Amino acid sequence: MPYSTEFLLSAYRTMKTIREFEERCVKEFEGGNVPGFTHVSNGQEAIAVAACIDLSDKDIIGSTHRGHGHCIAKGCDVGGMMKEIMGRSTGLCKGKGGSMHIADIDKGMLGANAIVGGGPPLVNGAALAAKTLGTKNVALSFNGDGSANQGTVFEAMNMAVVLKLPHVFVYENNGYAEGTAANYAVGSNSLTERNAGFGMPAECIDGLDFFATYEALKIATERARNGDGPTAIEAMCVRFDGHFIGDPQLYRPKDEVKNARKNQDCIKIFRERVIAEGWLKAAAMNAIDKEVMVEIETAVVNALAAPHPDPATDLMSDVYCSY
Amino acid sequence: MTNHSNNPAIGGKTSLKTIREAINDALREEMRRDPTVIVLGEEVSGGAGCEGEDDAYGGVFGVTKGLMPEFGRERVIDTPISEAAIIGAAAGAANNGLRPVAELMFFDFIGVSFDQIFNQAAKFRYMFGGKSKTPMVIRGTVGGGWRAGAQHSSMLHSIVTHIAGLKVVMPANAYDAKGLMVQAIRDDDPVIFLEHKVMYDIACEVPDEQYAIPFGEAAFPRQGSDVTIVAISNMVTHAITVADILAKEGISCDVIDPRTVSPLDHEAILESVEVTGRLVIIDEGNPRCGLATDIAGIVAEHGFYSLKAPIRTVTAPHTPVPFAPELEDAYLPNAEKLMVAVREVLAAGPSGA
Ligand SMILES: Cc1ncc(C[n+]2csc(CCOP(=O)(O)OP(=O)(O)O)c2C)c(N)n1
Ligand SMILES: [Mg+2]
Repeated sequence: MPYSTEFLLSAYRTMKTIREFEERCVKEFEGGNVPGFTHVSNGQEAIAVAACIDLSDKDIIGSTHRGHGHCIAKGCDVGGMMKEIMGRSTGLCKGKGGSMHIADIDKGMLGANAIVGGGPPLVNGAALAAKTLGTKNVALSFNGDGSANQGTVFEAMNMAVVLKLPHVFVYENNGYAEGTAANYAVGSNSLTERNAGFGMPAECIDGLDFFATYEALKIATERARNGDGPTAIEAMCVRFDGHFIGDPQLYRPKDEVKNARKNQDCIKIFRERVIAEGWLKAAAMNAIDKEVMVEIETAVVNALAAPHPDPATDLMSDVYCSY
Repeated sequence: MTNHSNNPAIGGKTSLKTIREAINDALREEMRRDPTVIVLGEEVSGGAGCEGEDDAYGGVFGVTKGLMPEFGRERVIDTPISEAAIIGAAAGAANNGLRPVAELMFFDFIGVSFDQIFNQAAKFRYMFGGKSKTPMVIRGTVGGGWRAGAQHSSMLHSIVTHIAGLKVVMPANAYDAKGLMVQAIRDDDPVIFLEHKVMYDIACEVPDEQYAIPFGEAAFPRQGSDVTIVAISNMVTHAITVADILAKEGISCDVIDPRTVSPLDHEAILESVEVTGRLVIIDEGNPRCGLATDIAGIVAEHGFYSLKAPIRTVTAPHTPVPFAPELEDAYLPNAEKLMVAVREVLAAGPSGA
């Protein structure tokens, strides 16, 4: 068996936690409990988990506007996340950030980012710090097929190659940037070929396949940790929901989402594989399903009961360290 | 210079239109009239390369809906997410025979494209000795109230107002939105057109025919002689609320909506303060180096002897925009905060009202 039972159970639990968290987010949003713009990542769980499962709290990730899954995969507290998304003072960012700016520096989660392409230059910085300080830590940025077209991302890729930074660029290619197709907005025939053009190893893998994604990222992360510079991994995947919660998704063919949920579900694919290989029993995963349901329910109940920020003390604090 | 009526009479039929519809009308009619007008930006149509519906968004706030089906993808261009290239393309095209209307979606994304705006588009004409013109419009949505958090809620009008070479337009009703957009498109200089995201559905009667509102002419949604309130964009709503409450107490407010903050109708403000002697400015921007302090400075310098009381400003605090509803509500200026300031100004000075 190429993977330990503990590893497989942990991967499954984290993917399932993301799925439940996101689906619950949609419900809570629709119930009026989640303010603002919220982008969920259900359908893309395998990539987040494969990318983060071997990382320590000292390894840094930079996320996107679709960041809940990355947070959970990096070990952020689900209860603190739910509170943050609901704007409560005991949330991960005291309710000041919200879904699009959720972060937990203690966990090496440098933040979701509401500016498309905002993350990779910062992740270069984390990688530069690791390299300069000789910590052997790595940094990993999540990108989309859409953010791939942002100049900041091009600059970050080139600089990462030039400075040989320990930065793994992960591209979650879900085929869409809002309502624009990747095959329209990415001018190159292949994002991976374009990534390779920057002078770094680049690979395109099936992001629905946890194991393929994990193996590719493992090599990339080791390369970074060994001082051999950046890698770009493009993971093909499917977005199960709208661009944002409430998106009517008119630009998608009618049954695309329905079919994807049925036939392109990375968690189902994981389950089928580990059962077929005899690596895990269905019962063990079913038990995790139940525990995850309870965990998410608890997170929601606690978040709904959590205190709201107090403008008198919280509005003006945290702008500066000292002023 | 000064136009004392909010809705100068335009003949012909009018219809009840939202700000969203009014801007859409202006764009459509100008595109029909002038084939060099193009629209470009992310999701201005939506659905590019997709198998589902075309024109799926028509802009994320629906402002450009229907333009692509009428004018085609050649003139309503969905772009990759590349703001520097979007603004650069608009500026370059404007120098070469087109009149582009570029959309930044959320004006916060100016950050990614700022060089193309302030070092390039804004300065061409001056640097080139008056030999070039850059007839472009940059549209973007501004402001808080949507719980959109720090990176999607900024009021950055003061930053662009600071830059010579840019014109900055901030409509507060559908009538002005249409006329100002028409002027913005016909104008030969780069124009920043800022739409407040909580105002898109606010409607008023709008003439069906096309008309241009000249820049630098304030509007007076309420007229009075006791205190001057200068308000821009969504803050005009609060100023009107306060003026109407005070009117019942026999206090008359002169509410000035500059409509364009660059150029700014100095005369309108100074003339008003000459009569009232009291000035409150309400602005959703941050307080430092902002529009409110700019206007206060102009009046302190040029209208000092008219003043009977210290000038007051009502602005957002010196913080980013918070996410949590309680914090964002506390952050935003509103009618209550304005009322407090107006009453203070009325009570202050040698002959407190
Ligand atoms: C600088 C900037 N431009 C545009 C946007 C608006 N926007 C938010 S997400 C998004 C699409 C991103 O697509 P992609 O990178 O493929 O990520 P996905 O949404 O598919 O996860 C856009 C255009 C933004 N937030 N920031
Ligand atoms: Mg995408």
